[in-house]
Parts: sequence; C-alpha cells; structure tokens
Amino acid sequence: MSKTPSTWWPLIKLLPVKTNFRFMRFAKVYAGVSLVATIAAVFLTLFPFEPPCAGLNCGVDFRGGTVLEITSRQPIDLGRVRETLNARQLGDVQVQAFGSPQDALVRFETPEGQNPAVTVEGAKRALVAAIGPLEFKRTEVVGPKVSGELFRNGVLALALGVGMMMVYIWFRFGLTFGIGAAAALIHDVLLTFGLFAVTNMEFSLNTVAAILTIIGYSVNDTVVVLDRVRENLRKYKRMPLSEVIDLSINETLSRTAITGVTGLMALGVLAAFGGETLFGFSIAMIFGIVVGTYSSFFVAAVVLMWLGVKRGEDAEVLKPLDARP
Amino acid sequence: MVTLSRWKVVLVILSVVLGLLFALPNALPQSVRDGLPGFMPRQTLNLGLDLQGGSYLLLEVDTDALRSERLTNMVEDVRTTLREEQIAFADLGPVNGGVNVRIVDPGQVDAAARVLRNTIGSTIQGAVGGRDTTVQVLPGQTLRLTFIAEAFEAEAKRAVDQSIEIIRRRIDELGTREPTIQRQGSNRIVVAAAGESDPERLKEVLGKTAKLTFHLVDENADVAAAMAGRVPPGKMLMPGEGGQPPLVVDRRALVTGEMLTDAQPGFDQMKNEPIVSFRFNGLGTRRFGDATIRNVGRRFAIVLDNQYISAPSINEPITGGSGQISGSFTVESANDLALVLRAGALPTRLNVEEQRTVGAELGADAIAAGQISAIGAFVLVLAFMVVAYGFLFGGVSILALLVNGLLIIAAMSITQASLTLPGIAGLILTLAVAVDANVLIYERMREEMRAGRTVIAAIDAGFNRAMLTIFDANITHLGAALIMFSLGAGPVKGFAWTLAIGVFTSVFTAVLITQVILALWLRTTRPKFLPIQ
Repeated sequence: MSKTPSTWWPLIKLLPVKTNFRFMRFAKVYAGVSLVATIAAVFLTLFPFEPPCAGLNCGVDFRGGTVLEITSRQPIDLGRVRETLNARQLGDVQVQAFGSPQDALVRFETPEGQNPAVTVEGAKRALVAAIGPLEFKRTEVVGPKVSGELFRNGVLALALGVGMMMVYIWFRFGLTFGIGAAAALIHDVLLTFGLFAVTNMEFSLNTVAAILTIIGYSVNDTVVVLDRVRENLRKYKRMPLSEVIDLSINETLSRTAITGVTGLMALGVLAAFGGETLFGFSIAMIFGIVVGTYSSFFVAAVVLMWLGVKRGEDAEVLKPLDARP
Repeated sequence: MVTLSRWKVVLVILSVVLGLLFALPNALPQSVRDGLPGFMPRQTLNLGLDLQGGSYLLLEVDTDALRSERLTNMVEDVRTTLREEQIAFADLGPVNGGVNVRIVDPGQVDAAARVLRNTIGSTIQGAVGGRDTTVQVLPGQTLRLTFIAEAFEAEAKRAVDQSIEIIRRRIDELGTREPTIQRQGSNRIVVAAAGESDPERLKEVLGKTAKLTFHLVDENADVAAAMAGRVPPGKMLMPGEGGQPPLVVDRRALVTGEMLTDAQPGFDQMKNEPIVSFRFNGLGTRRFGDATIRNVGRRFAIVLDNQYISAPSINEPITGGSGQISGSFTVESANDLALVLRAGALPTRLNVEEQRTVGAELGADAIAAGQISAIGAFVLVLAFMVVAYGFLFGGVSILALLVNGLLIIAAMSITQASLTLPGIAGLILTLAVAVDANVLIYERMREEMRAGRTVIAAIDAGFNRAMLTIFDANITHLGAALIMFSLGAGPVKGFAWTLAIGVFTSVFTAVLITQVILALWLRTTRPKFLPIQ
C-alpha cells in the first residue's frame, strides 16, 4: 500500500479520517430536549383548538375561501381594500402587502350559503371600482366541499406515509431497530408541525408534500446509521452497545455531513430564489434535513441503546444479511 | 467485481443517447421543432398551469338540483295522469326525495296505483316492473312514488357525460386554446385552460345552464297572491331578469331550447340594442306556430334558467320558425347567450367548487424563479462535489448528475407529465438525493482503503456494500412519492411525479454511470491509491 499523497485537496482529505465523538454519553440530555420539544410542538399544533387546523395557519386549500394576488401601477391602499371587502360582508378579510407596495395579497372567506365562485367575481368588481384598474395575478377559490376533501386527503396522506415507512422499517430491521427509527420519524414530523405553528407559516398542500418528503429523508438518514450499527454489531461482538452505536455514527459522519450540506445548499438556493410559493416549502425541508439528521443520531440511536439488542439472537436473525458481499 | 461488462457500457451509452434525443426538443425553438423529420421526438416539457399561466376549474354537477327537478316533473306528470283518469286526489307534492299523493276515494286507490305504475317514469331494462319509478301504497290512501336508486345514478352519470360534451362545445366556441376537460370522480369535471384566457368569462359561460323555454303568461292570475305562495295549480311564478316584475306563467313550456337549430348575436337597428336571433327546427316551428296562432294578443315569457328575459306580446302568428330575443343585453352578453344556446343546455346546474387562476405574467415569474434556483442549486452542488472529492471522483458524480438531469427532462417530456413549480423543487431535491448515492459509495471506498484493501477491492466493496443502503434510501423516497401521487392534488402530483422519476434516474446514473467510468479509469491507469483517500 503506497503512502497517501498529502495535499489539502480534495477537501474530503481535510476531514479527520476517524472521529471519536462519544455521542451516547449525553443520551439523557438529548432525550430530554427532544421530548420537551416534541411535547411543545404537539401542544402548539393542537391549541388553540379551532377546526380544521387548530394551532396551524391553514391556507385556503384546507380552510376554504379565496386568495387574490393583485397588482396595480400605483401603490395599493391596503386600508381601502380592506374596507371595500368588509363592506361586502365577507368573512375574515386579510389584506397584506406582497413584496412591493404595488402588490397585495388578499384573503377572505365566502359567507355561508353563497357560491364562492360568484362571490369572488363581485369582490373583484368592487375592488376595481374602489381602487382603480387592477390586475389579478392569481385567483384561488376553494369551496367548502373541496377544502374538506383536501384536508381529509392531506391527513390521510401523512398517516399513510408514516404508517408505510414504519411497516418498511419493521420489515427491514425487525422490532427493536424499527421502534428506534419510528421514534425518530414521529419526532421529525411532530417538530415540523411545531415549526409551522411557531412561525405561523401557511400550512397548505405544498406543506403536506414537504412533510412527506421530510418523512422520506428522515427514514433514509436513519436507515444509513442503523444499517451501520447492525453491521458493526456483527463485526464487534463483544463491544458494548453504546460504543457500537458511537462507532457507527462516527463512521457514517462524513457521509452525513456531505449529504446534509449538499441538501442544505440546494434548498437554500430554492428558498432564496424560488419565490413566495416555494419559500415555506424550502424552509420546511431545510428544517426537515436538520431535525432528520439530529434524530438519526439522538433519537433513533438513543432509543435503540435503551431498548437494548439481544445480540446472540440478533446475529441469527440477521444472518441473511451476512450474505452481503 | 467492478468489471466493464459490455451490457453495462451499452446501457449507459444507450440511455445517454436516448436521453439526449428526447430532451433535445426543449432546447430547440418552435420553428425548428416543426421542421424536424417525423421520426424525431418533438414533445417538450409540459408546463403546469402555475408555470405557464391559466385557469383550473373544478365543477360539480349539481345532482341535488337534478333530483329536485325530476321530482317537480314527476309531480306534474302525476297531476296530469290522475286528471286524465278522473281520479280525485289531494296533498300532491314532493316528500323526502319522493312524491306523495292522497287519493280521495278509497275505492280508487288500487286503480290509481295501477295507472301511475304504467305511466310515470320511463321504461328501463332490468328494473322491477321495467320502469325507473316505483309506486307504493301507504296507509291513509296515500301513494308514494320514488325513483329506483340505480336508475337515478345512471341518469346522474348521463348528466355528467352530457355536461362534459356541452362544456367542450362551449369552450371550443369561446376559442380557448387546448383546454383539457376531464371527469373526476362520479360527478365532477375538471376544466383546465392554459394561457391568456379570461377565467371570469370562462366561468360565466360554463356557469349558465342555458335552459331556454317559452311559456304563456297568465294575465288574469293574481301575482301578489302567487308571490305570497298561492300559485294556481299548473302555473308558476317567474321572476324577471334585471328587476322586471314577476309574472305568473304556465308550467308547461310552449317550446324548449332543444328545438333550436341556431342562435346568433345581432343588433336591432330600430331600438339600437344588441339582440339574439334564433331559429327553430321543424318540431319547434310547428309547435311555436300553433301556439302563436291560438294565442294572438297574449304575451309569452322567454325564460332562461328560471328567470324571464323578456315577455313580448304575440302580435301575429309566427310560423316562419325564427325570432329574436331582446332584453337588456350588452354586446358581450348577447354573444355569450347565443353561444350557450348554440352549444346546448346543460342537463343541470354546475357549481364551481374550486378555481385556481394564475396570470401568464406570474407564471413567467415562476418559471424564471424556478430556472434560477434549479441552475443555482445545480452549480452549487457540482462545485461542492469537486471541492469535496476532487476532479476525478467529483467529476464522475458531476457527469452522473448531468446525465440524471438529462434523463429526468427526457422522461418528463416523453410522459408529458406536467412540470409544476413544486415539481421544480422536487427536481432540486432529487439532486441532493442523487448525490447521496455517490457519497455513500465514495465514503465506503475510503473506509475500505483504510481497512487495508487494494484499490480494486475497495472500489468493489464500495459499490456492493453501499447498494443496499442506496436501495433503502430510495425506496423510502419512492414510497413518499407514491402516496403524494395518489392522494395529492394538482401541483403536489407534479411534485410527486418529478420525485418518482428522479428516484429511478438517480439510482441508475449514480450507480451504473459511476461504475462504468470508474472501471474505465481503473483499467487505463491501474492506480495504487484513490485520490479521495
């Protein structure tokens, strides 16, 4: 074996070849932090308990109603927009500037019994009459029936997503590893809900897509770590479990760092240049990558450590995997 | 073993060539694409409405309205039938989704039931008694008529089919460019029109049932009493459009819109206002002619969607089969009315349940934002890979990424799946996931080298050991994408589709292309150590 040439580049050579962080030493601290954060997230998501979205800031997708993005040549008088719409007895009128003073975002709910598609036409005419020539860049109207269905489907999609991943983990890793991975997964999903509750970012169909993607990423990341734990359990039969876990996390650390960084870079660009529509989406996924990485180490691995692995038996169960070249 | 097996090389070259071929049309201007020979693919990416601007409408066929209309007709049919048979009845009216009627003479209940069984509703095959309506005898000399559920469902389905047909005709007449009209679920219709179309006009035109009927006006009836709810039997109260006073008219229509063969917007020079002129078919001409002969001097109401537009007097018999409607039309509303009359009436009302309209300008902004972030993310990730792994290994993953991007664009163009703004986000995310596969392989190689293996063994182990992890990682993404695809709506579907295509192309490129290039490198340079070591 020849000597490795020692230059500073590529960067990968700068990273320490072997790290020896003792991650599991502070297991109780992480567990405590995660538990408190998760409970807080659940609380913030559920309260105040108002249907349909409780503590989350629901978009029209799930609550029904109308969103208009308007633009004019002159700065728009937001107060006047608000008055005009309030005069039409529309529910929950929200008007906000949108980027520049010439742009505004308007949200309102259609009063019960009215056809939302007809109401929006009237509202548009009234706005043009009150403000002057306007361009309606975006119109979204979601009727109560459709918003109810979208909400149901969203909840169903999330439940199915989590359920499917759990079944897959269980099938691939058996019960003990499965519980660890499942804990990490639920942790990530709940914290993401918490993020939306705290920041009051709009919770929409896109958000559900983002969370489903986070589920995929979280499981992916956990699988990489657990895969290594299982491999090392076979390799070092006498090493205590906590050390095996520490070793596995350290061994996969450079992969975790590089994949995490590329993901964050790509999503960072998206958040910066992707425009208003994708901003919440990108922020959610950036958050998801961070908590997904954290939870692989500090939730999945910690839970696994506490549950313990019956190594004699496990070696039997895991036999087919020894066939891996 | 990392062998340079022939099939792998062939597969890689083939995929790159096909990818280039199918992605190519996106790089060519329209004029060049049109000039391509027939065997060349010419489909470009199908941009979603949020990117090219346009309107999405989700319409629901109002089956409740259809049912209540059917009940109203049934009430009239029962009334006519019992009168013709000279059976005295009372309390005739719709009750709980059926029609109840009390027969005054207990001796006539059976006879009435028999007659109604044979006359009400229409014949269908396979139903009990061969008709779509059942007649039950209830205590208290009451008969109850109900639709057979299947028959009504079949009718609702027919109504949806018919509505789709009529919507298509109306939209074609509007001149909307390439609209998509699809059934969704049992009673919904999705209309998606791209580009600079006016969504309000579209809604206006689709929202009209356009049921046109002509009814004789009953001048003797007491309108005030009718407004208070005491409408004479066989008559109905008809509100007027644009603040005209209500009229009492015959329930039975003289002529209906189905008997029209043509309708055109026009202009009345005398009154200086827009009008709509129409022409009846043979049956309509005869019916309208007969009615006007018998009722000279009386007025008739021209009723559109349960409101009368105007109620002109019959000055002389109209036997030519054509006429005109005047009202308070604008040029555009006259145009629209003529259009919907020509295209035919909808079987029942359509409700707009969801509307999403994006202006073309906003769409262009979205495309620009998508392009900037996609290119920015791509360049950043590529640069990072070179910095992290050097020119050889970083370069290999860059090549794999480029081919990956090419294959995704080609696959999206072939399948014509719509690329939405979240879809672009899916594309960017795919980059990160695709890089992960490379990273897993490289990191494994480094470890194996450290463990004292030879270069070839390390590369080999890198691929083999990382494979299962890569498989795991990607199957989770694929699962998430599948769920989104089956349950998500519109833009989310686009995201899911892009993600799913990306999973396949990533695994293919990250594993196979990397393998082939590294095998080539091994074979030509026979290195003693890895540059990432």
